[in-house]
Amino acid sequence: MKTAPSFMDRKDLLALAVLAAILLIAFPVLLDGFRLNLVGKYLTYAFVAVGLVLCWGYGGILSLGQGVFFALGGYGMAMYLKLEASSVENTKIQSTPGIPDFMDWNQLTELPWFWQPFHSLPLTILLILLVPAFFAFVIGSAMFKRRVSGVYFAIITQAIAAIATILIIGQQGYTGGVNGITDLRTLHGWDIRTDSAKFILYFVNVALLLAVVCFAMFVRDSKLGRILVAMREKEDRVRFSGYSVANFQIFVFCLAGVFSAIGGAMFTLQVGFMSPSLVGIVPSIEMVIFTAVGGRLSIFGAIYGALAVNFAKTSLSESFPELWLLGLGGLFIAVVLVFPNGLAGIWRDYVQPSIDRAFKLRSKDPADPGHDVAKQASTLPAE
Amino acid sequence: MFGDYSLGDLGAIFAMQGFAGLILFSVYLLMALGLAIIFGQMGVINMAHGEFMILGAYVTWLTSVFFSEHLPSLFGIYFFVAMALAFCASGALGMLIEWTLIRRLYKRPLDTLLATWGLSLILQQTYRSVFGPREVGVTLPDWMMGSLPVTDVIEVQINGLFVMGLTVLITTAVFIMIFRSRFGQQVRAVVQNRQMAGAVGIDTEKVDRLTFGLGCGIAGVAGSAFTMIGSTGPTAGQLYIVDTFLIVVFGGAASLFGTIASAFSISQAQSTLEFFLSGSMAKVITLLTVVGILMLRPQGLFTLKVRR
Amino acid sequence: MTTIGTPAKDYLLAVEALTVSFDGFKAVNDLSFYVDENEIRVIIGPNGAGKTTVLDLICGKTKATNGSIRFRGAELTKMSESQIVLSGVGRKFQTPSIYDDLTIFENLEISYPKGRSVWGALTFKRDQAVKDRVEEVAEIIFLKDKLHERAAFLSHGQKQWLEIGMLLIQDPELLMLDEPVAGMSVSERVKTAELLNTIIKNRSVLVIEHDMKFVEDIAHKVTVLHQGKILSEGSMQKVKTDPKVVEVYLGH
Repeated sequence: MKTAPSFMDRKDLLALAVLAAILLIAFPVLLDGFRLNLVGKYLTYAFVAVGLVLCWGYGGILSLGQGVFFALGGYGMAMYLKLEASSVENTKIQSTPGIPDFMDWNQLTELPWFWQPFHSLPLTILLILLVPAFFAFVIGSAMFKRRVSGVYFAIITQAIAAIATILIIGQQGYTGGVNGITDLRTLHGWDIRTDSAKFILYFVNVALLLAVVCFAMFVRDSKLGRILVAMREKEDRVRFSGYSVANFQIFVFCLAGVFSAIGGAMFTLQVGFMSPSLVGIVPSIEMVIFTAVGGRLSIFGAIYGALAVNFAKTSLSESFPELWLLGLGGLFIAVVLVFPNGLAGIWRDYVQPSIDRAFKLRSKDPADPGHDVAKQASTLPAE
Repeated sequence: MFGDYSLGDLGAIFAMQGFAGLILFSVYLLMALGLAIIFGQMGVINMAHGEFMILGAYVTWLTSVFFSEHLPSLFGIYFFVAMALAFCASGALGMLIEWTLIRRLYKRPLDTLLATWGLSLILQQTYRSVFGPREVGVTLPDWMMGSLPVTDVIEVQINGLFVMGLTVLITTAVFIMIFRSRFGQQVRAVVQNRQMAGAVGIDTEKVDRLTFGLGCGIAGVAGSAFTMIGSTGPTAGQLYIVDTFLIVVFGGAASLFGTIASAFSISQAQSTLEFFLSGSMAKVITLLTVVGILMLRPQGLFTLKVRR
Repeated sequence: MTTIGTPAKDYLLAVEALTVSFDGFKAVNDLSFYVDENEIRVIIGPNGAGKTTVLDLICGKTKATNGSIRFRGAELTKMSESQIVLSGVGRKFQTPSIYDDLTIFENLEISYPKGRSVWGALTFKRDQAVKDRVEEVAEIIFLKDKLHERAAFLSHGQKQWLEIGMLLIQDPELLMLDEPVAGMSVSERVKTAELLNTIIKNRSVLVIEHDMKFVEDIAHKVTVLHQGKILSEGSMQKVKTDPKVVEVYLGH
């Protein structure tokens, strides 16, 4: 039995190593540039999914508005890239040179104030992290302090996602409207459209994801992680044990928001545009399904979930678009009714035991009996 | 903003926008009523509510096609037949869904939300496969066409008036059913104390199924009424689901009166704003206001303070 | 009761003119009572008398409409729940309120009075002091050999003990227990009485209980509530023979 709560036990380290090997070695070796870029795009959703594991799986707070945070990160990055692509020289045919093309088309004659900070890369990076955290903090403070949680929180975050989409589409002079911000070229002078840039960005993306995963594991294995579980189960007991429940909820909601924003920024860099189609109700709830499919209590599961669902989406919707919606709908229902612990649950219940058994047969090492009871115990009942 | 209009013009504008708002109010109320029963009374989040509504709309469309081809002499009254069929179709599907899906999830509201979202995707795709991706519109019977002049600048459309009348009727019927009938009494009993209701001999599972079916049936009727003023496509239901949930929550989930008040205020605000701002900004401001108020007063407009 | 002009003695808990109404229904009506240091006070009364509501009011779960609750001179009605806990009030709920998905150890650890802020919880270290304290408490609540099992697998009685243990580790000056022996078997009940007798030392306790035998065993003073008001107050002997109490409560 482990006595000290060290973050990451042997199993986690192994899982991390396997994940790193798949993402850093197997994929780059096996996939061509186009496919690798696609995987990179899927992995940007994994940031959101990891955030949702903490927020929803552990904390019991279901946000149906994660697309908004994804967009805040994505648009932040896109605004910087767009400004760089809209130098006076590049835009001299416009009636107002030096501003993004869509602003010119919408008769804007100067850059709006909230675009100004995005001239600077350090400021942009800072804002990509701070703006979503601020929004999450405001939404979270307003609601968690008033004890709004559960379905009400889900509905209100969904409404916020809807509002954000309408706003972005409606204010096309400031946001690029329904087309989003497109035609992005360079990051601080470095052309991101080349194959080599995409290759490098893939690794940057994976490195950031692994860092986020490690931080998420640190949070999960700290006392805060256990308080999240406790809150999910008996909010009042936690409150009357001297904790300000709302503060913990706000923290985890902000954290999930920031993770999503990092994913959004990496999406813009790798895919080369940002548009409102990634913000609204539908993408936001799809991000939840990535988490649910991977296993809402499994950080690693969330990543495999995001990859698996998106692989399926790409391959199915290419060849049988009508099957995809039916499949996705069925997935929502199945993951709730039959596999509430998702891929991680299937792994733990069916694959892991047989691996353990095979391992036991070959070596005399006693299989370690003390793998963290709490982690194993954090299982949802099937019904 | 008002400077360009004369007083008389402004009066007419407000009257016309008010009337447009009343039609919107009818649509919102009809959709929200079913949801108020399912969410407010049973606590179930049904994200597929819009798709039940669309089912009613498609049934109405099918009926209109059937009447125009086979019973053209009775075309003037097809709508009433269609409405009854829409209620039955959506209600029956609702009961089936309750039996296969919802009843397994009563203790997991967030999971219900995800599962019913999945259901809505499946239904959307089914509609697309069966009825095609294009929007369909019904032919109105002659007596529903045209408009009535009220003054020389204000006139109201008959189909809009008809939908409003229908809304009043359906709302009254729902109120009688919930607050006067024996079934309504059982529903309220089950809502307030499931175990006790079971103990005094109410078949709570049956009540659940019928309540869910009733809510879906009303959605079907709403969809039916909806065809009188707009066309129907496979994804039309999804457009309204957020508004509908906000209306129910804003009204105070357990209060049917609250639902009416909230549907009224939201629809009026939106249609009045729409005249002065672009449609999307009107919607953004309305929704933001509602969300803002809900953040300050999460229990909604009408609630009872109860001893917990 | 007109003791409002500063009682001569310093009480640990002074509840004065406390009223709460739910849409006109006064669940607690102009209630005043005082609890001494190291006193064990039992509140009894028929169902709906407002007993649990009184505990809810003291720990901040319900906000009072009127009146004051002072704990060591500090006004609790103006504090948040967690501030009330930090000032030294602990409360056990009627049905066992524990975290099924965590182990016994983790359940107890969460109540350990350290690292209660977000930052504190992130940087909390499970050091030897924590482990020793958790084991010590686990021993008292008869769960030492189950420390690393999931709480979900405990029996009803063991869950009650675990929650009592969680309060113990919190070490409150005022401990409030809502029907601690309800639903327990006879042997569990005996063990619980023994447990309570160990943990009530050096603190004041406010207990709601229906089991008269149990009340007689532990109470220093009994308060009888009826329809949100005090019907009678005093020693068990005095209360038992009060004709009003016999009529509304003990009689049937």
